[in-house]
Amino acid sequence: MLKSAESAIVVADLSKSYGRIVAVDRVSFAVRRGTTTALLGGNGAGKTTTISMLLGLLTPTAGRATVLGAEMPAERHRVLPRMNFTSPYVDLPKRLTVGENLAVFADLYGVRRPRERIDAVATDCDVASLLKRPYGSLSAGQRTRVSLAKAVLNEPDVLLLDEPTASLDPDIGDRMRTYLERYQHRTGCTMLLASHHMGEVERMCDDVIMLRAGVVVDQGSPRELIERYGRGTMEEVFLDVARGRADARIAGTAEESHA
Amino acid sequence: MSAEIAARYTGFGASARRVRAVLRRHAYLILKSPTRIVSMMYYPTVTMIVWALLTLYLAPTNSFLKSAPGFFIGAVLLWDVLFRGQLGVSLTFIEEFYARNLGNLFVSPLTLPEYIVGQIAISVLRALVGVGGACLFAYLLFRFSIFSLGLPLIAFFVNLLVFGWGIGLAMSGVILRLGLSAEELAWAAIFIIAPVSGVYYPVSVLPWWLKPISLALPSSHTFEGMRALLLDGVFRWDHFWAAAALNVVYLALGAAAFAWSMRDARHRGTLLQMGE
Repeated sequence: MLKSAESAIVVADLSKSYGRIVAVDRVSFAVRRGTTTALLGGNGAGKTTTISMLLGLLTPTAGRATVLGAEMPAERHRVLPRMNFTSPYVDLPKRLTVGENLAVFADLYGVRRPRERIDAVATDCDVASLLKRPYGSLSAGQRTRVSLAKAVLNEPDVLLLDEPTASLDPDIGDRMRTYLERYQHRTGCTMLLASHHMGEVERMCDDVIMLRAGVVVDQGSPRELIERYGRGTMEEVFLDVARGRADARIAGTAEESHA
Repeated sequence: MSAEIAARYTGFGASARRVRAVLRRHAYLILKSPTRIVSMMYYPTVTMIVWALLTLYLAPTNSFLKSAPGFFIGAVLLWDVLFRGQLGVSLTFIEEFYARNLGNLFVSPLTLPEYIVGQIAISVLRALVGVGGACLFAYLLFRFSIFSLGLPLIAFFVNLLVFGWGIGLAMSGVILRLGLSAEELAWAAIFIIAPVSGVYYPVSVLPWWLKPISLALPSSHTFEGMRALLLDGVFRWDHFWAAAALNVVYLALGAAAFAWSMRDARHRGTLLQMGE
């Protein structure tokens, strides 16, 4: 594991149980500063639970999670101003306009010159024309873009993105990925991305953590994983892991290379 | 985070900005909706009219109402201060449930005490709009001015509002624990104390076993104080201080219940999952 000075996020033996149900089981990983790491796994693999613990929204049953050196959730107020997130599990007030919603969050995050900043992120996230519209009147794709605008409003050092482009068409999805890449290049932000879009993972992520049933089953760069599983894409690697074929594939690949 | 974009996020100024954000989020909702404003004034105004007409009917033959014709109107308006105080705090929280906005709020730098101050600020706004409207109609229709109570009105108003906040915070905790199925409690909770608060009658008429319960409520002391002022023209400091001291206890208990529920929600993982 990386030293915490090099890592923006360090997770050690992190577990979360609800009674007898184990959602996350002794997960350990680190996310290097300024990089993007994907958290992959099927539905119920423990991605959102892990992200919730990193945000301080959920108290771990055991283990530790630190973000920018702060223990979560105990020291969350020290780092929450430097973090932000998007998630399909939350929404914004529907009767407020997009501009009003962003103004509220600009206040919450202590953004200086909020009007200028709102205009800038609205332009970047392609929501400038929606600022006066009630949030509830927007399409799913437009809401996703507004949610992303909210997530970068405070120019965070750590961005946790839970399926950030799930409901976007390919064109807007590509523009959002480009925006996030540029944003990271400009600010050095660390991103942890939970996504079911494997093209997005191959394109944006330096590292990948594969989860199944709350356990880390593999990790490495997308290229390393594709080679290790003897596959052509991350989509195929994901299917191997999700369907429990990972061990057989790795063994098969090893035999082929020995032969 | 660049210093250009983020202002200081610690200290009183930053804290006040976050409270303003909570206030702003609900003020946008309330003030731009005439329907909401009318619905806030509707119940207190209609109730006030019913009691005012009853007073007009009974006053000619009732010496008590002859000497204090504004008695029932004052009581109903002050009761509504308590109701609005509680509802303002609880509904502010319920709105976040419906909007599925709790996750966004509680991963921002907003702290629970700041959120509670924001809830309280909204409650004051709701009480001013709701009861203010009813007070205006009481004057226009029946020439009764709540301000005829003079400076003690402020003491009554504050004591009832603070008690409402205590109950509202406890209800927020209950709703967070039980989910939106407990929403009705936010509307009905306050009425359980109505019979023992001595709103329209003195505590002395209660059965002996209800009196200790009644005297443990700040509302009873406030309404006893209101009666003493209207009927005898004296401000009862003993009732004022009893209500104020009890309010400290109820507000602390309400805040503690809400904080406990919030900690419990972080254990159960409900902050990200709750919604309509």
